[in-house]
Order: sequence, then C-alpha cells, then structure tokens
Amino acid sequence: MIEEVLATARYNPKIDPTLGIWTWEISFYLFMGGMAAGIMLFAAWAVLSRKGDQLVFAHSRFALWAPVVLSLGMTTLFLDLEYKLHVFRFYTSLQATSPMSWGAWVLVLIYPLMIGQALSTLRQGYPMLAGLVNRVPGGGRVMRACEAQRRMIAWLVIPLAVCLGIYTGVLLSAFGARPFWNSGVLGPLFLISGMSTAAVLPILAGANPPERHFFEVVDIGLITAELVLIALLLINLATGGAQHIQALALVTGGQYTVPFWLWFVLPGLLVPVVFELVAARRYRWLGLTAAALVVYGGFMLRYLMVEIGQVSRWTDYAIQFDPQLLHRLVQ
Amino acid sequence: MTTYAMVIDTRTCIGCGDCVVACKNENKVPAGLNRDWVVEATRGEYPDLQTEFRSERCNHCGHATCVSSCPTGASHYWKDTNIVLVAEEKCTGCKACIAACPYDARLIMHPQGYVDKCTFCHHRVDQGLDPACVSSCPTHCMHFGMLDDRDSNVSRLLRERRHKVLLGETGNDPHVYYLL
Repeated sequence: MIEEVLATARYNPKIDPTLGIWTWEISFYLFMGGMAAGIMLFAAWAVLSRKGDQLVFAHSRFALWAPVVLSLGMTTLFLDLEYKLHVFRFYTSLQATSPMSWGAWVLVLIYPLMIGQALSTLRQGYPMLAGLVNRVPGGGRVMRACEAQRRMIAWLVIPLAVCLGIYTGVLLSAFGARPFWNSGVLGPLFLISGMSTAAVLPILAGANPPERHFFEVVDIGLITAELVLIALLLINLATGGAQHIQALALVTGGQYTVPFWLWFVLPGLLVPVVFELVAARRYRWLGLTAAALVVYGGFMLRYLMVEIGQVSRWTDYAIQFDPQLLHRLVQ
Repeated sequence: MTTYAMVIDTRTCIGCGDCVVACKNENKVPAGLNRDWVVEATRGEYPDLQTEFRSERCNHCGHATCVSSCPTGASHYWKDTNIVLVAEEKCTGCKACIAACPYDARLIMHPQGYVDKCTFCHHRVDQGLDPACVSSCPTHCMHFGMLDDRDSNVSRLLRERRHKVLLGETGNDPHVYYLL
C-alpha cells in the first residue's frame, strides 16, 4: 500500500485537485479547427476532381464557410487565454519544439489561402457578396485573380488543411505529462473527425440529393476510419505503461465510462453510421438526424478528450485541504 | 549549463511546512496559491508502516517539457542554468506549460493571468544565497548547490547517500533529490 497525502495546503485554482486549465473554449476551437480543415479539403477536392456539376454546394458555396468556422474557433481560443493582451506574443517568435507555436504560424499561412479559396467561389456561390467585394477598391481584381488560380489554390489548400486538421490532435498528443493524450493516433483521429463533421454540413445545408448521397457515402467511410482510430487509441493505452493503463481505466469502468461510450461513441458515431447505412437515402429526416449527430459527436470527441486528458496524470495526491469545505463552514 | 540541485533529507524532514511559508513570504505568493507543498507518503501495511515527508516544488528539469512546449519562449532557462523561469512579459496564459508539467508544479497568477512557479529563488541564488525554503528549514533537511562542483554539499550528499528523484521515468531529468 502506498498513500500520498498533501500535508500542507495546496489548492492552486485550475490545477488541483485535477487539472482543469482547458474547458469548452479549447474543445470548441479544436472542433472548429478540424471542421474548417475538412471544409477546405472537400471544397478543394470538388475543384480538383472537376465535379462542379455534381457537387454544386462543395464546388461553389462551401469554401466561404471555412474562414467563418475557423474564426469562431479562434475567438474561443482567444477567450481561453489568461493574459489576453499578450496574444501578439505568439507571433514574436517561432518555438521549434512547441506544437502550439507551429499551430499559430500555420494559421497565419492558412488564413490568406482560405480567403483566396473563398474568393475564388464567391461570384458563383454568393453573387450578392461578390457584388459587395466588387465595390471595395481592388476587390474585383483580387477576386478575378483567385478565380484564375482556383486549381492552384486548391492544390495548396490540401497539404495546409491536412496540417491544420492533424495539428488540432498533435496539440494534445504532444503532452507526455497527460497519459490519455500521449498517442500519435490523436492527430489522424482529429483530422478524420474534422473531415467527418465537414462532410455532413452540405447535407444540413440542403445540398441536392446526389450531392447529399455522395457525402453520406464519404461520411460512412470517415466514421468507420474514426472508429478504427479510437480502437487503436484504446489499444495503445492498454499496452502502455502504468500511467497509460490508469488513463484507460477512466473510460473502461472509471468516471468517464458513461460519457465516453453513451454520450459520445453511441450517439456520435454508431447511431449516425447506422442511419446513413440503412435508411438515410429513403428518409430525409434520418439523413438530417445522422448529420446533426455527427456534428454533435465531433464536438463531444474534443470535449471529452480535453477533459479526460487533464484528469489523467502522473502524480496522485490525496488533498486534505479543500477550500470548498471552509467555504461551506462560513455559510 | 550550470546545474543547480536541491537535496532534501526525508529522514530529517518533519513536514512542518516552514518551507511553504518561507516561499510565500519571500516571493509574495498570493493567498490561495502555492509554489511548494509538503507530501506525506505512507507505505506498507499496518502496523509495518513507513512515513516519508517530502517538500515538493518545480524540479527545474534538465529536459523541461514546460520549456519545450511554450509557444512564446516565456518559459526559459535562467542564465545558462537549469533554473526554469517564466518571463511574465512574454506569457500569454495559454497554459501549455501547465499541461506539459508531469509534476503539476505550475500555477496561474490571478487576476494578472501569467503562469508562475518556483524559481529556486534565483534572485537570492544570484547573490550567493540559498533559496528561502532552504534557509528557513528548522531541521536543516534541505540543501542547495551546484552539481557541477564536486565539493558542494549537494554533490557530496548525493555521492554518500541513497537518493531518488520523482518521476525520473518521464525523462525530464529532474533536479530535486530526496535522500532516503
């Protein structure tokens, strides 16, 4: 038996009793980052595969969604910073060993590209918006240049969007101090999940039936890959060291078992894939339900990963001093 | 790189917590926050129990994952030593360093928002003094010095006594040693 108890008071906010430094803001950012990467990939693919007549939404309307989605994510990322005035510090250096620093710079590269990608589709997909851009001095010229380079932009988008999607997972997996995160599977898992949540957006946005069917088929493949990656993540933890095995126990009998399996895997992956496989083509409401569940599942994956990872740790102290108890006494 | 180490004798530590109070006074650590703490570890089965007191803090690792994960360079090594500091003016409060520390030894300074931690009292070390916790220890169970100097107190103790570090298996190369 070994029991380690804190003999002096230690209750650092957001550190004790378990880490709680990152909450919904980071989960939402990771979710939106992955979704933006997926949107960019599908929009680029629709251009490169010359399927504009079949994939109308993906070809001419989807690209504009990426900067909107990513910007919403960036907003919550900013909200998470404890020292918001210093946000510019991300761009005063490049720290080669820090995935977060790389991510900050990837975003600088990706923003102009995603705006270029959106501008190249504006006249076709959003004529009213294109009219507004046209009124801005030089706007029409930039739009025409983007349209002329549409395929080249699409080629450039693919590697950078893959980087963005993978980065959202690597950001967590790089922390060896958090055993639940410390797996190379997390990068591909977040990329695939981001693509899956992006694939269902045209379904929710009311794309035409052939396009909806195309994205349903794509999503079935992506959810299957996601399930395989989740299985690999769990196997990775099960075959790891003591800390990894302890971390796995959080979702196999521990405090996160119900949220992980019943709130995420079942409604966020299994139910939608069954709906898409079985009846989405015949009943539109089933397709819409499946799509909404995929989006929910994508967020739940990030939310739970962020939370469980912070609970998994190397130290294991029992805390004698709990200020909450004092607070209750005063009341 | 100059390597500083703290050596704590678990046989003479009585868990009084003076090190914690000294740190709070010296570094003006606000109420409710702690840069160091004392752990009472009990092993065995009753009645064969063994208790060890450990004064814990940042381990000023040689391969500090908090330093390598910091996106702005705010977490850094002080003057080519292993003493890990946070440059307040560069810190964004992104908390990557907190997630990267296997010892959970960092804290957030509220309301300012920058990340704070044990500094081995580098302002005292700069003047040739011991950290406040070491100076105030009533049982003299805490020692501080340079590992590179073979004649230093810490080098001699580590040569002569059995010792351990915490979570050495993380590969962080911690520099707070516990004499057994």
